[in-house]
Amino acid sequence: MSYFSVYYRSIDASVKMKFFTRLFVPFLQKRQQKFCLAEFSSGSMPEQIAERKMVIKMSVIRTENLTYTYSIGTPFEKTAVDKVNLDIEEGELVGIIGHTGSGKSTLIQHLNGLIKPTSGKVFIDGQDIWDKDCKIRDIRFKVGLVFQYPEYQIFEETVYKDIAFGPKNMGLDDDEIDRRINEISELVGLHKENLQKSPFELSGGQKRRVAIAGVMAMEPKVLILDEPTAGLDPKGRDKILGQIKEYHQHTKSTVLLVSHSMEDVAKNASKILVMNNARLFCYEEPPKVFSRADELTQMGLAVPQITRVFNRLKQNGINIRTDVYTTEFACKTILEYIKKRRDGNA
Amino acid sequence: MLKDITIGQYFPGKSAVHKLDPRFKIIITAVFITMLFAADGFIGMAVSLVFMTIAFFMSKIPFKLMIKSLKPIIPVIIFTSVLNIFFLDGVVLVKLGFIKITYQGLETSLFMVIRIIALIMGTSLLTYTTSPITLTDAIERLLSPLKKIKLPVHELAMMMSIALRFIPTLIEETDKIMSAQKARGADMESGGLVQRAKALVPILIPLFVSAFRRAEELALAMECRCYQGGEGRTRLRQLKSTGSDYSSLSVSMLFLCAVILVDTLFGK
Repeated sequence: MSYFSVYYRSIDASVKMKFFTRLFVPFLQKRQQKFCLAEFSSGSMPEQIAERKMVIKMSVIRTENLTYTYSIGTPFEKTAVDKVNLDIEEGELVGIIGHTGSGKSTLIQHLNGLIKPTSGKVFIDGQDIWDKDCKIRDIRFKVGLVFQYPEYQIFEETVYKDIAFGPKNMGLDDDEIDRRINEISELVGLHKENLQKSPFELSGGQKRRVAIAGVMAMEPKVLILDEPTAGLDPKGRDKILGQIKEYHQHTKSTVLLVSHSMEDVAKNASKILVMNNARLFCYEEPPKVFSRADELTQMGLAVPQITRVFNRLKQNGINIRTDVYTTEFACKTILEYIKKRRDGNA
Repeated sequence: MLKDITIGQYFPGKSAVHKLDPRFKIIITAVFITMLFAADGFIGMAVSLVFMTIAFFMSKIPFKLMIKSLKPIIPVIIFTSVLNIFFLDGVVLVKLGFIKITYQGLETSLFMVIRIIALIMGTSLLTYTTSPITLTDAIERLLSPLKKIKLPVHELAMMMSIALRFIPTLIEETDKIMSAQKARGADMESGGLVQRAKALVPILIPLFVSAFRRAEELALAMECRCYQGGEGRTRLRQLKSTGSDYSSLSVSMLFLCAVILVDTLFGK
């Protein structure tokens, strides 16, 4: 006993604190913050403050050292997601970008338990989803995932029945299902007369909206969409993105949007997550992300065209801000700049 | 999960057996099968086993893999040996009520088991060392004389290679659809037989739809590239027979002769 206490005292205090927080934080989250971590962390190390903040502002999605390796033990072994630590807060609209093969798709499939991580943990609403007490099917209703080209998963005779598939699996009664379908189909712009049609009669864009509606109708707390606009014309793309944004505002849920198009992400997202070579490059607000234009370009990702314009202006000696990423804001910035210069001359 | 299924059993390599002309490999396999059935006694069988062992060592296929190929036929092996042990008349060794085991029965069943195992191992050596595509190619060439009697040999071979080509694609597709339906709460792991069969509907329908779509796209793409059957087609990879092909065929023929000779000399 005494031997142990000597050993224990010799451990640096910060290590001790770390140990405690590690031990208790998941526990606290599970208990839905009945206690506050701040009560026993009286020290002033910065990492603790960070931890405290995390507990108080509970994140809906949280990963800890999430790692996934394909085909372990074969020559094809490849780490697709490497030690990713994430905290996504409720109500956020997150744009996920990264080049092909950067691990975006693998990452999002972890978030609803379709893939079991090789190591590391996933918490949804503070609950470890691979915990013994956790039912993975319930997590799938909480975190709705729309795959790439979701129209290929449609199978029912009528649009109505196909949208009802998810809610039915949840065990909802018919009235509730009916209410949800009517609400969602209006939101995604499906006409009432289309609901009784066969989904295979619809156009490509309509089919995609049916498939997205099928997941939205489960009213998940988190909605994840993997490139929902792939293969659509610009008009269809804008329409779907607009509807996703509307859904986000209407339901106040968290939405994760994987996209290749920087413009789409810049226009819609409140935060941007950048993946690079299986690692999390950054998770920040759009201006902060796009201010690292050089690094993004090196990664093979393009910054929005308008940001590129402003970067070039700066390079050419014009003193102007470069954290511009939407056309509207660009317009305002240029007007301001012109005004300032005029005033300066005057 | 579905990715672990291997289609065909091709095991890539650069051994002498891998390099043999696939047409010759098919013929040699046929010779080997003839050998196994020509052998009437244990000595003849031993000679053909020697041939198989040589081919096997030259192919450098891991022994474990060869054993793995036997797994699916274990029930057949057990079935044949049991039938032969109990139902052949002859000198009785053990008698238990109405069950009797005869010396002849034991001998025949042992012989049969060896024959079946050798048959499977020998033929899997062919599929282990030849990729499915080259195999269909070789089959097409070997069957080409049948064109004379209006058999659509090229079309058959083309169908076979297209089917082989699309198996991995369809498996990937199934994987994706399964994940998508699971994300919508489809439950495939629990429930009785009927429920499980019903749970397959959301997977099979999209799979069929996409298979038809792919078939249509492929047909269009082939037509765009002016595909019009086998007539006048030239090949990127010409099958060329070399000296080693002929010599290995002769070796297999020699072994066949040896088996027949040994059998007639020593009898049964």
